[in-house]
Amino acid sequence: MSRLRFARTPSGAVGLALLIAVIALALLGPFVAPNPPDEPIGVPLTGPSAGLPLGTDFLGRDVLSRVLFGGRSVLVLAGAATVLAYLLGAAVGLFAGHNRRFTDAFLMRGADIALSFPPLIFLLVLTTGLGTSVSVLVVGVALVQAPLVARIVRTATAEQAVRGFVEAAVARGERTTAIVRRELLPNVAPAIMADVGLRFTYSIILVASVNFLGLGLQPPSSDWALMISENRSGLDLNPLVILAPAALIALLTIAVNTVGDAIARSLGRSSVEAP
Amino acid sequence: MEAALALEDLRVELRNGVAIVEGVSISVAPGEILGLVGESGSGKTTVALALLGYCGRGVSITGGTVTVAGHRLDTADERATRRLRGRIVSYVPQDPASALNPALRIGASLRDMIDEHRDATTVVADPTATLGAVDLPSNDAFLRRFPHQLSGGQQQRVTIAVSLTCEPPLVVLDEPTTGLDVVTQARVLDELRRLRADRGLAMVYVTHDLAVVASLADRVAVMYAGRIVEEGATADVLKRPFHPYTRGLVESIPDHLHPHALQSMPGTTPGPGERPQGCAFEPRCPQRRPECVERVPPLEASATGRLVRCFAWRETPLVVLEPVPTSTSREAEALPLLRVEDLAAEHRSPRGPAVVAARGISFALARGGCTALVGESGSGKTTIARCVAGLHAPTAGQIVLDGTPLAALARGRTREERRRIQIIFQNPYDSLNPKRRIADEIARPARVLRGLSVAEARDEVAALLERVRLPARAGNRFPGELSGGERQRVAIARALAAGPDLLVCDEITSALDVSVQAAVLELLHELRRELGVAVLFISHDLGVVASIAETLLVLEHGLVCEEGATPTVLEAPAHPYTQRLLAAAPRLPDPDELGVSA
Repeated sequence: MSRLRFARTPSGAVGLALLIAVIALALLGPFVAPNPPDEPIGVPLTGPSAGLPLGTDFLGRDVLSRVLFGGRSVLVLAGAATVLAYLLGAAVGLFAGHNRRFTDAFLMRGADIALSFPPLIFLLVLTTGLGTSVSVLVVGVALVQAPLVARIVRTATAEQAVRGFVEAAVARGERTTAIVRRELLPNVAPAIMADVGLRFTYSIILVASVNFLGLGLQPPSSDWALMISENRSGLDLNPLVILAPAALIALLTIAVNTVGDAIARSLGRSSVEAP
Repeated sequence: MEAALALEDLRVELRNGVAIVEGVSISVAPGEILGLVGESGSGKTTVALALLGYCGRGVSITGGTVTVAGHRLDTADERATRRLRGRIVSYVPQDPASALNPALRIGASLRDMIDEHRDATTVVADPTATLGAVDLPSNDAFLRRFPHQLSGGQQQRVTIAVSLTCEPPLVVLDEPTTGLDVVTQARVLDELRRLRADRGLAMVYVTHDLAVVASLADRVAVMYAGRIVEEGATADVLKRPFHPYTRGLVESIPDHLHPHALQSMPGTTPGPGERPQGCAFEPRCPQRRPECVERVPPLEASATGRLVRCFAWRETPLVVLEPVPTSTSREAEALPLLRVEDLAAEHRSPRGPAVVAARGISFALARGGCTALVGESGSGKTTIARCVAGLHAPTAGQIVLDGTPLAALARGRTREERRRIQIIFQNPYDSLNPKRRIADEIARPARVLRGLSVAEARDEVAALLERVRLPARAGNRFPGELSGGERQRVAIARALAAGPDLLVCDEITSALDVSVQAAVLELLHELRRELGVAVLFISHDLGVVASIAETLLVLEHGLVCEEGATPTVLEAPAHPYTQRLLAAAPRLPDPDELGVSA
């Protein structure tokens, strides 16, 4: 199947396997968790034992169950933020790259201003003003990412916009939306795909950071980043309570990046080869 | 005296064993110029590089010997070969702008070659002495310049000077004038002739253009699909080609003094790996025999010392150049199809002042007529074409279609106006959306500009593919699967899908091989005859213009310097610029100018 061609490269195959494993763990974990995630069942911060392979956290809850429950929020929040960032950023980038004059200057200087805020400060201000809710978190992370997406898409679009087939469409008097959708989007897709892994990784880190700072998801939610945050003081009593969620966040970001790179390479090649 | 170059039975293969070039033998005497002629895919550049004992990545020389002035260059010892390059054979590349290191001053580029060969026994003279040989100043100011501060012609003469620094007996030139305009090209060719006369330099001049070698080379070798198909004295070969492919090439070269109908060969050149078992030209050949399919014909010598790779070469007819079909002369109409009135256009740049691209341009184009805009790069001809198509807003003047002034940009024009004017671009590798199927690409104008339904558009696409002589199955392909000539046919079909009254053709054949160019021009003739479509033809090539346009405007720096009926202007140019252009344009010698008989 041509769409999975990237998986034929070694790094693509390894990345895909890893990604499927982490996603499966996050999505199916809740169904196989041995204990409820938010009920104390033992002495707080005890190490691994027979019934509790990862021990207990600072309230005496089962770490394994919390890890199995805690992946969903990371995936869903970071995923939603990334998708939203792409919708916003790609729209801005495509129109700016196609139009070039006023729209370009207006949109891209706007993006530059947005980029000049340190992302975490921006998110802190946003949650302080609008309160800590899941939707604020998603929108905030998307707003941080969108200008970066817009810049990449704009550069790729500007390169395509001077090509003959785009000019032919302009000479036909096609509407801007038709030109963007038919002529530009399919040809900038490889450049966009090359970047998805990186952006998604960054979303995960941002969501995790905000959750860690206590400005995103609130206890008693089980969430990998929140787990690291709330169990900080117990690191020496039961290291696994921190190491397990941290390792999973790391694995997820590595897997997403590897797959993103492999896809980008295979798309780049397909535009040269006959499809 | 030993030969400057002896190439014996060269074979160059891809890593998978597919031959790019096979059985190529060439010898060049000291002071001789050999023209190595071929179209894309013929393997001429591969041979050129092999003469330096070099081949690209994934390619290797697997057979034959390369001997230059007694030294073998095909040995595995890369270090030894490198010491010989530049000293006994040097190379002048096609694109001087990318061949010269942009960060090095001219003086440093020249000294590099000498530093490389400091240990060599050759006594190297002053590195700057060769600049005089190519008519460039050798003062400090010039040596301190960077490549981007020179014109294209000067850059190419610098690369020639660099190739001469170690005084090699042989220079290989790979399409050295392809990127240059005709006047500059003529100067570089003069320079080469003088170098041969002064220094007794032997040269291998690689080109796709028979007309260029006609005036330069003593002998030509014509390559097709990786083999030499014909070799002999230049005048001899051009006057009386023995191989059907050479004959086809000669007939497809346009000539501005004696315009003739260009005759195209059917089919396309097979690439490496697609070549048939027998003669590679057999599928396209009018005089094929059963044995042509079975085996490759040997290179046979004629009584006059010509080499031909054809079983039936004795049957090859003489070159016949049919006159251009005279189109019915058009009376000056009261209402021409298109009138351009006092048009001016400029290019704005973010920094610095706007550059004037064209000024005071006025001309009229009759229904079904063909007017050409001729000029070198920078003459403003493409900008005028883009103004007519509504892609560039003029700063003054107006464009009138059928008595109605048009809006500056396509967006402001009515659908009917946009439908009636269609533009075809220069580069067929860039003008088709790589992610859309051919049928979809052609159907779009019919849907958008004529409001056809999906089913109607599908029938229209089928009819158009047939009209531009592409197989129906091409509709299902992507542009990446087609050759340059096929893509240009698709671009023409896309323009025709709108049912236009005027085709704006912006250098539509300049990216194509001569034989493919002939086929595209033939198609354009046919469209004019059968559909009555008018053509605004933009070109830098006077020969091409002579074969298609009734009237022409010669542009220099955005101004019209001469205009009139094509034959009148070309036979008796009044403006000095037109005279210069004509004098510089390379062409095949007239049959009666050649004093050699076959």
